[in-house]
Amino acid sequence: MASPLRIIARLDVKNEHVIKGIHLEGLRKVGDPNELALRYYEQGVDEIVFMDAVASLYDRNNLFHIIEQACRNVFVPIAIGGGLRTLEDVSRALGAGADKVVINTGAVRNIGLVEQIAAKFGSQCLIGSIEAKRAGSGWTAYIDNGREPSGHDVLDWARQLENAGVGEILVTSIDQEGTGRGFDVALARALEEATSRPIIVSGGYAGAKDVSRLLAETHPSAIAVAGALHYGRTDVARIRGEVEACMAGSMA
Amino acid sequence: MTAMRVGVIDYGVGNLRSVANAVLEIGAEPCISSDAAELSGCQRLILPGVGAFGEGMRALRATGLDHLVRDAAGSGTPLLGICLGMQILVESSTEFGEWDGLAILPGQVEKLEDPQAQGTQRLPNVGWLPLSRPAGSNSLDELFAGIEVDARFYFIHSFAVAGNSASAVATAHYGNREFAAVIARENVIGTQFHPEKSGPAGLRLLRNFLS
Repeated sequence: MASPLRIIARLDVKNEHVIKGIHLEGLRKVGDPNELALRYYEQGVDEIVFMDAVASLYDRNNLFHIIEQACRNVFVPIAIGGGLRTLEDVSRALGAGADKVVINTGAVRNIGLVEQIAAKFGSQCLIGSIEAKRAGSGWTAYIDNGREPSGHDVLDWARQLENAGVGEILVTSIDQEGTGRGFDVALARALEEATSRPIIVSGGYAGAKDVSRLLAETHPSAIAVAGALHYGRTDVARIRGEVEACMAGSMA
Repeated sequence: MTAMRVGVIDYGVGNLRSVANAVLEIGAEPCISSDAAELSGCQRLILPGVGAFGEGMRALRATGLDHLVRDAAGSGTPLLGICLGMQILVESSTEFGEWDGLAILPGQVEKLEDPQAQGTQRLPNVGWLPLSRPAGSNSLDELFAGIEVDARFYFIHSFAVAGNSASAVATAHYGNREFAAVIARENVIGTQFHPEKSGPAGLRLLRNFLS
């Protein structure tokens, strides 16, 4: 029996607003982070990921107070990412109430950080984030919210993250992100073969056909949805219905 | 009426804030503490915990709070262990070595492996699973009062108490592998899932624990 696919609401936050772009660029304000988090919780979401789009960790308007508020009325797992560079940053994030941290740039700059976090807080609180852009027949991993190539091949990098101790891998397709043109299924499938960690697939969801195309070829642990929820084009219950229809179909 | 005081045992391991927020949400007063005297004054105790078994036991012993947990279990104070806090209640674990647990409840912690899965199964098990719970057990019926039979709870773990342990009163499946989702005996309960992160069903379970 396959485990049910998790539905994660992804909130990219800049200066206290949830924002949304296309290919991680051209950001527009779409709502208040705490209001949206509560709305998705009430809709039955499985998990919420807050990503600081500008890594403004040491600004006055950092994500920590948003997390502190969210944890008071949202009783599903909460992950936080963006700008976490040191063990102390991670400690503050978990202290604010986050259950998990999401690391990308911090890991690329220092893979030892991943090992330290896993050793100190456990792999269960650590999501390795990969921003992937198609390059020839493969994908290149990016950092700084899709702005800079890291120099790593995505699949090689995923294996390194796994070996260093991440508990889950969040992969965002920069090519698909914000387009509503469906997930990069080939990317999800390649990552599934490359690693043995649960995979969270992010970028491109627009509707039922995207879920069925993804689940026809791979078995990710979760999908992350942003724009389709933020713009009110769907809600969590409807996505859940799409997922359950696919899973029932694959078992028949 | 004063709110019930719920001690959240702080031994340096775990998502204490999440547990405390859930306790507040259901109208009780959380007391996060590593002070045995303060904790003994609470009407309920929660033993949280994430991470590796050996580290958790070492931390619990280093703080001396293992005695508090044993005393609470022996004296009838309702005690709830969550995730690693549940695993620590049983006899032993094979996570990165051989470790003794508190042996308050019978059971062994084992790696969550499904030999039939052949590579399709990933660890940790992260996700929301329904439980199998036989009807008729009084303590379990009380703990799950008002919770739908097919309600799902949030799990994140790579090791688990074996599903055939004498203390297992509800189980869940990861692939074909059955493991203990809830262990219980008298005043001591352990949940492998995180009730504080399992939405309305989890909050209801916590409320039932307090009543």
